Amino acid sequence: MKEILEGSHAVAEATRLCRPEVIAAYPITPQTHIVEALAQMVADCRLQSEYICVESEFSALSACLGASAAGSRTYSATTSQGLALMFEVCFNVAGMRLPIVMTIANRAMSAPLSIWNDQQDSIALRDSGWIQLYAEDNQEALDLHILAYRVCEDHDILLPAFVCFDGFILTHTYEPVDMPTQEEVDAYLPAFNPYQRLDAKDPISFGMYATPDYYLEFRYENQRAMLRAKDAISKYGALFGEQFGRDYSGLIEGYKLEDAEIALIAMGSICGTIKDAIDEMRADGKKVGLLKIRCYRPFPDEEIASALSHIKTVAVLDKNISLGSKGAVALEVKDALYGSSIDVYDYILGLGGRDIRKKDIKAIVDLAEKGSGDMFYGLREELL
Amino acid sequence: MVDKTLELFECGHRACGGCGASSAVRMILKGAGENTIVVSPTGCLEVFSTPYPETAWKVPWIHSLFENASAVASGIEASLKRQGRKEKIIIIGGDGATVDIGMLCLSGAFERNHDITYICYDNEAYMNTGIQRSGATPFDASTTTSPAGSCSMGNKHQKKDVPAILAAHGAPYVATATMAYPTDLMKKVETAVNTPGACYIQVHAPCCTGWGFDGSKTIEVGKLAVETGLWVNYEMMNGIVKKAKKVKRKPVEEYLSVQKRFRHLFKPQKNDAEIAKIQAIADANAEKFGIDL
Repeated sequence: MKEILEGSHAVAEATRLCRPEVIAAYPITPQTHIVEALAQMVADCRLQSEYICVESEFSALSACLGASAAGSRTYSATTSQGLALMFEVCFNVAGMRLPIVMTIANRAMSAPLSIWNDQQDSIALRDSGWIQLYAEDNQEALDLHILAYRVCEDHDILLPAFVCFDGFILTHTYEPVDMPTQEEVDAYLPAFNPYQRLDAKDPISFGMYATPDYYLEFRYENQRAMLRAKDAISKYGALFGEQFGRDYSGLIEGYKLEDAEIALIAMGSICGTIKDAIDEMRADGKKVGLLKIRCYRPFPDEEIASALSHIKTVAVLDKNISLGSKGAVALEVKDALYGSSIDVYDYILGLGGRDIRKKDIKAIVDLAEKGSGDMFYGLREELL
Repeated sequence: MVDKTLELFECGHRACGGCGASSAVRMILKGAGENTIVVSPTGCLEVFSTPYPETAWKVPWIHSLFENASAVASGIEASLKRQGRKEKIIIIGGDGATVDIGMLCLSGAFERNHDITYICYDNEAYMNTGIQRSGATPFDASTTTSPAGSCSMGNKHQKKDVPAILAAHGAPYVATATMAYPTDLMKKVETAVNTPGACYIQVHAPCCTGWGFDGSKTIEVGKLAVETGLWVNYEMMNGIVKKAKKVKRKPVEEYLSVQKRFRHLFKPQKNDAEIAKIQAIADANAEKFGIDL
């Protein structure tokens, strides 16, 4: 059924439909509307879930870790500083192979303090072993939560996932969304069936320490699971398409890419602006296309290389910066295209909520055409 | 009733000979029983009991991080509640994980009053990393980060009173115990796990390696702590002290002089003024809890 909902509420409804048994969360802007909505659902008995009001984000994810190990489907949501406070727990959850799903309402990192959007927070956790999915709009944000639980809980995967969507730009924006019914979600997402759990009838030890004789193998298994997740996302993304009519079988998605000469690469809500800009540039005769990255971890390197094989110039739009190096998306795109003759230019933009408009997208295409890139785009004039 | 024949903590783990903590854990599990899930923060216990692929635990056990055991236990409790399961949940962690780095999670879990029992094995320093000072290190103890020296008498601060802090959270049952009195310890654990809500027990667990005494003397040292009044065994119900073990007190010197961590109080010459300060701590304990026979 089509409903007009705020992004946060669309995500909260999607989470409710996934029937998490334990929710633990701590309020932080711009995530608050999600966890407030879930708290109200529990208060109204619309959601049968244990809701733990923890004293920090660190405890939120730690409580989810315990609940997941005890055999419950769990959920949390956070952003920015909250995610940074969870840093240690994130690595731990992934290493313990617990399929927790967490929403990231993407926000800039302090200092200076900023509550506004970029993607530095989740990018900073790229090495933590969590699957990272990025939504372009609220429909996709809603859908990716349902998909994420399906992928993560597969016994061949057993990994946690971030479902990332841009703070304020999506979390606080009303859009029409097609809300699935409980029956539809139940048919797609079976009840949580833990691979193993804490159980006095069958005692096992979780979270033991590994000596140098074993540690390497644990990391190897983690990496293998992450690589298997590519196929699982494709498989369950296709299944999602069959059941809900919206196909997510691709880790990437092209827009007017087939005959493009210049490709823009981006993640998240900026892709909507890019598509509008491409339509206008196409009308002016410029062959521009978009490659949207929906899944940043595992990184779809082969898929990207194959989708760009006919492209001459690539402009990567990074809402993050690996200080001292480049934008994190550009780095990996360059790695994926290593050995090809494609020119790849990186543009760091939109940090801390700086608005990116169609004219900016067009300006970046102009810069890439001139071979000018690897820069911060849109700096105040006094710095130029 | 406690089944004293129940062995849920296997021998063959890698603790030092004479380790107070490992004996405490063995007694704790007898008191808790088989229907128990254990959460352990990082520390000596976690390391000596679970080098992959071996484990000493015959009950389900989980370790996540150093400072989050109370939050992990909160999640487990919520999950069991949702599933309608009835296992007891106990956390067994060292003093560093409890009174220092884990204090935030501990406070949160007790404020929410989860049905858990937190047991701190208190060996009064960070032993796993090499005997560094914690908030539970006693006054004047020499540790590797509060060393005695020509212008230092060792640790400058008194032990943080975590039982009182948790009682102030409204904990229904708070107790102290020592591995040197195992029957008392087992009984207190049994009481705690059968008391609904968040309960706390702090267990004095002498560390022969860190405190500097022979591993055959662990029980003796543990008893001396109680007999001198430097450690008081008591129970608090809903914030009120109900029972404290009475003793015919010995001078604190008898406890201090058998441990290398207090050696600087006796050598090169005996420091009566400093020892008097520690005697005053014991005297204050005795008065506060009315333990003098």
